Amino acid sequence: MKNRLVTLAAALLLSVPVMGAADPSGPAPQFTLASRTGKDLSLAQYRGQVVMLNFWASWCGPCRQEMPLLESIYKKYNKMGFVLIGVNVEPDSAKAEEWLKQTPVSFPIVFDKDSKVSKAYDVAGMPSTIFIDRKGNLRVLHRGYKPGDENEYLDKIRTLIRE
Amino acid sequence: MRLQLMRTRWHLLLAFVIGGTPVVAGVLPDDRADVLYHRYQGGGITIQGPSVLVRKKVGDNFSLSAGYYEDMISSASIDVKLTASPYKENRKQENFSVDYLHGKTTYSAGYIHSREPDYASNTTFYSLSQDMFGDLTTVSLTYKRGWDRVYKDEKDAATGQIINDPHFFGGSSSATADHRGWALGISQILTRSLLASFNYELLEDEGYLQSPYRQIRFLDPTDGKGYRTADQTYPHTRTSNSASLLLKYFLPYRAAVSGQYRYFQDTWGIVGHTFEVDYTHPIKRAVPFLFWPVEGHVVLDGSLRYYRQNAADFYSDLFPRQSYQNFEARDRELAAFNSYAIGFGATYEFPQLSWAPWINKSTVNVRLDHLIIDYSDFRAVYTGSGIAPGTEPLYKLNANVFQVFVSAWY
Amino acid sequence: MRVTRILAAMAATGTLAAGLGGCSPIEPWVKPYEREHFADPIMSLSRDPVSTSYLEHVFESREGSRGATGGVGGGCGCN
Repeated sequence: MKNRLVTLAAALLLSVPVMGAADPSGPAPQFTLASRTGKDLSLAQYRGQVVMLNFWASWCGPCRQEMPLLESIYKKYNKMGFVLIGVNVEPDSAKAEEWLKQTPVSFPIVFDKDSKVSKAYDVAGMPSTIFIDRKGNLRVLHRGYKPGDENEYLDKIRTLIRE
Repeated sequence: MRLQLMRTRWHLLLAFVIGGTPVVAGVLPDDRADVLYHRYQGGGITIQGPSVLVRKKVGDNFSLSAGYYEDMISSASIDVKLTASPYKENRKQENFSVDYLHGKTTYSAGYIHSREPDYASNTTFYSLSQDMFGDLTTVSLTYKRGWDRVYKDEKDAATGQIINDPHFFGGSSSATADHRGWALGISQILTRSLLASFNYELLEDEGYLQSPYRQIRFLDPTDGKGYRTADQTYPHTRTSNSASLLLKYFLPYRAAVSGQYRYFQDTWGIVGHTFEVDYTHPIKRAVPFLFWPVEGHVVLDGSLRYYRQNAADFYSDLFPRQSYQNFEARDRELAAFNSYAIGFGATYEFPQLSWAPWINKSTVNVRLDHLIIDYSDFRAVYTGSGIAPGTEPLYKLNANVFQVFVSAWY
Repeated sequence: MRVTRILAAMAATGTLAAGLGGCSPIEPWVKPYEREHFADPIMSLSRDPVSTSYLEHVFESREGSRGATGGVGGGCGCN
């Protein structure tokens, strides 16, 4: 019976390969969503700029943690053909609004209340950060956030801006 | 050690370290520290002491934890009243564990050491848990191994000091008890608000599994009391199976309710059923006439628990005669009984501490549980009572369990 | 022996489940962005392990039953 448990352990380990986040390619799915200012925001209006999409929720700890860092990245690169869009995934945006009051950000926030955009981008972890190049193509997917990841964000942004 | 059966000793130490199935394997546990004071009072026993648990990440992939636990026991329980004398005793326990995260798998290993004047225990465990199916499912497997050494205290005739009986077991001062365990845990997100957790555990023990102090009693008309006492004789092995299912639901107004059932069965003939319901309620609105802002800071907990078991095959409150059967026990943990428990807890979360900005969150918590055990075949026997053996009133235990602790996340 | 058979069945289902998990198209029906309730600490299976373990210890030392008391951990799968 011990052997069977060992077999089970081995089976678990071998047959569940760690699925790494392969970088995406192809044109980024288009969307138009209500933004925090009340106006609609479309991805199309940022064609020609490098776009960083950040899927976040007020209930997600790592998302909250990276928010101030994202703000400083946005401020630094906004004038160099870069935009950051925060896509809030909560069906009820009240909690997000309340949280943003305490942690103000200047980059645009849109509300994906019925998860259409999250679905289109196949968001498989919270937070998820996607980089879109000037031509509107998907380039990089970054899942999760841990301290230090902001350096990777900066690397990608610098590379894509230079293209 | 006199307080409880050794068979439980080894296994329950583990609860302090691994506990069960994490909901998420692909994330290391939060860094936190807990300092707890516990006090159990009931049935003539008071057990109190501190417990400390500290956990800290090292790099991106490792998390270390270390714990200390102490029981300070002062006892004049029903068991002691029959055959022994009141006593005081300490038990100290240390544990260490390391978790290593690789992809969506967490590997854990740990060591636990416990000692008291008449008992020493060493345990190691190895565990892995794995997230699957888009992280809706977490499967964990655990193997554990324990080695215990059992002594018997006695009063040295010459000096009056308490010493280990040098000839306690087969001419030696100690006996051994070995343990092995395998556990499988599956936790599953079923809907946006419903979580299920299944656990199965197989445990095997071998060696000296009884208490060297507690005694059986048997009828003897020639004795003035109508009965005499003798040493217990337990089997040398025990195998048990237990399986539990827990469902936990998030209520729309932000509260949580959970229900749990556990089935237990062992080779000693015990079958046990545990039912438990828990409710957790955060206070969201200001409470009138309270000067303290509780809204957003206080979480209340309530729980009800019912447990029942039948007696072990070789248990009897009163055997018909001396050496009636091969195995004989009168430990009330092996008796038939119904047990009821009700518990209340409250957590207060401090506002961000300005003098300690590195603490993300800190709480103070209190919890009180009341426990009743209604024995069906364990009688309250007091020497010199004059009551005919077998007609004494059934024993009933009432106990209060109090905890106060502070926790900090950093 | 009954125990062996139970374990064999578990091993079989476990292996099967693991096999299916290997990058096959099983779609999680509760998406990561829908796990708000599991991010709430009140949904943790053991909010305070030090307290839960102590209480388990209290019950276990007075009862014949032992084991299969799952429940430390919790979180939203936010990594």
